[in-house]
Amino acid sequence: MKRTTVLVMVGAIVIFGISWVLKSMSLTSTTDHYIAKGFAITFAAFLTLCIFSFLYKDNPFYKFAEHLFVGVSAAFWMSMGFWSTIVGNLIPRVSETLSNYFKVPYHPESYNPFYFLPVFLGILLLLRLSRKVGWVSRWPLAFIVGTTAGFNFIRYLRSDFIEQVSATFVPLLVDWQGIGHFFSNLSLSSTGQFVAMLSNWVIFFGVLCGIIYFFFSKEHKGVFGGASKIGIWILMITFGASFGYTVMGRISLLVGRITFLFKDWLSLIS
Amino acid sequence: MNSIFEKFMKLDRRWIFLLLVIICVWAYKAKFTIPILIEDETRSIYDFIDSLPPGDIVFIAIDYDPNNLAELHPMTYAIVEHCWRKNLKVIFSALSQNGPGMADQAIRDISDSMKVDKEYNGVLYKGREIKNGVDYCFLGYKPYYGLVILGMGQNFRLPFPNDYYGTPLDSLPMMKGVINYDQVACVIDLSGGSITDAWIAFGQGKFGFPLALGLTGVMTAQYYPYLGSGQIFGLMGGLLGAAEYESLADNPGRAIDGMRVQLFAHLVIIFFIIMGNIGYFASQRRKKREEV
Repeated sequence: MKRTTVLVMVGAIVIFGISWVLKSMSLTSTTDHYIAKGFAITFAAFLTLCIFSFLYKDNPFYKFAEHLFVGVSAAFWMSMGFWSTIVGNLIPRVSETLSNYFKVPYHPESYNPFYFLPVFLGILLLLRLSRKVGWVSRWPLAFIVGTTAGFNFIRYLRSDFIEQVSATFVPLLVDWQGIGHFFSNLSLSSTGQFVAMLSNWVIFFGVLCGIIYFFFSKEHKGVFGGASKIGIWILMITFGASFGYTVMGRISLLVGRITFLFKDWLSLIS
Repeated sequence: MNSIFEKFMKLDRRWIFLLLVIICVWAYKAKFTIPILIEDETRSIYDFIDSLPPGDIVFIAIDYDPNNLAELHPMTYAIVEHCWRKNLKVIFSALSQNGPGMADQAIRDISDSMKVDKEYNGVLYKGREIKNGVDYCFLGYKPYYGLVILGMGQNFRLPFPNDYYGTPLDSLPMMKGVINYDQVACVIDLSGGSITDAWIAFGQGKFGFPLALGLTGVMTAQYYPYLGSGQIFGLMGGLLGAAEYESLADNPGRAIDGMRVQLFAHLVIIFFIIMGNIGYFASQRRKKREEV
């Protein structure tokens, strides 16, 4: 390890220690567990700065924070899965002894021998760890893939396809009572006839031109080519809106971290 | 003149990050407010909740992890406090694996805030104690959100025999007679991931309850088509959506504070986009001239 790296690491540890002491001292009047809370806030601030350090360049601090996050998340997920599903759902429905052991209320009225089927499939999944009988784990995996595909196919076909297609069948003339009535009542109000018609025309032609852009069996020339160009513009506007929201989202995350660093950790913002 | 723009194009991105951080910190510390323009899609959520009679149940799905806390926590705080001030009951769920911590923290903080008298939109609301099982029920987390959403459509007790704190649902006063989504006025999903798709497809699509979404900024544009098709009745996008709700509820919080930072951060980004584009076109023009 390079001497500079060692010095940076020692410096980070010293700063961490000083920050922990100062933070704990500032919390003495607010909580009984000020040492633990001081450590938690300082450690969270340290990890935040570790992640931000990637903006300068890749470094061991960033890698440490990244690996810690992945490891803790995986462990937390496994722990939550065990306590919420096996202890929370299965045991209260199949065993009084185990319910008493884990101190969860027993529900004998919910007993069903079919609950042992997912237990069996779950054990089969774990056989993947064995080289000899690892192939058996494909059965529960096939069950998971099959049921998920079946569920998703029906529901997403309806919500993401049929519902969306039917939503594009919009009237191009809204509350139409003749051209004279239309111009005499022309208004730019968001609930007015003009805006309602305009938005329906944008939806209709936007969808049509967008589909034409992705139709490759005919050369994009003439009117077809023009519609295709409008299609790409519609797509670009959509991506632009999405990008704008993404920028806002990222800045929001920065605001969240700045609030934490300057308010919760350094107490510089009231 | 060209050289200035070209210098901008070659500017090390780390200087931009540094400038952005300085601007953000300054804007956060500055004391001024910016006007919040309310969108119809946020107003429809506020109006829906505001029109519910006391005692009705609102289902709030807290489906986000700490990485989306900055955007979605302000939404949770504003909506839940609005519900409780209107004497509505709330069922919470957290179908994201790190979501229970988010929900638990929000419930504790808002319960504390509910203890004091406060005035919102000219109406004085008396402070009161928020009780688990009476004012709210926190179901907690279960994996495989699609199946959990379908299961709750039959009976909440199917995926959640006990609440997050281990109490059987039948022992909670507010859950007596509450079987499934039929007893719920609406579902509001505050999400930072694909769980939203499952709420639309498996939840609203199958059971037909009114569904509103509060999403991260990155996701928002993707879900507008569901608003147009009527599958959702409201949509709050990112910190702006949260600020709009805070503004409607007359309950300013972190979202409205964050809007100052958003304004100046966006100006910085727009400035660099314009300068970068001018630099690009200027260098292209220069190259063409040199070729001629």
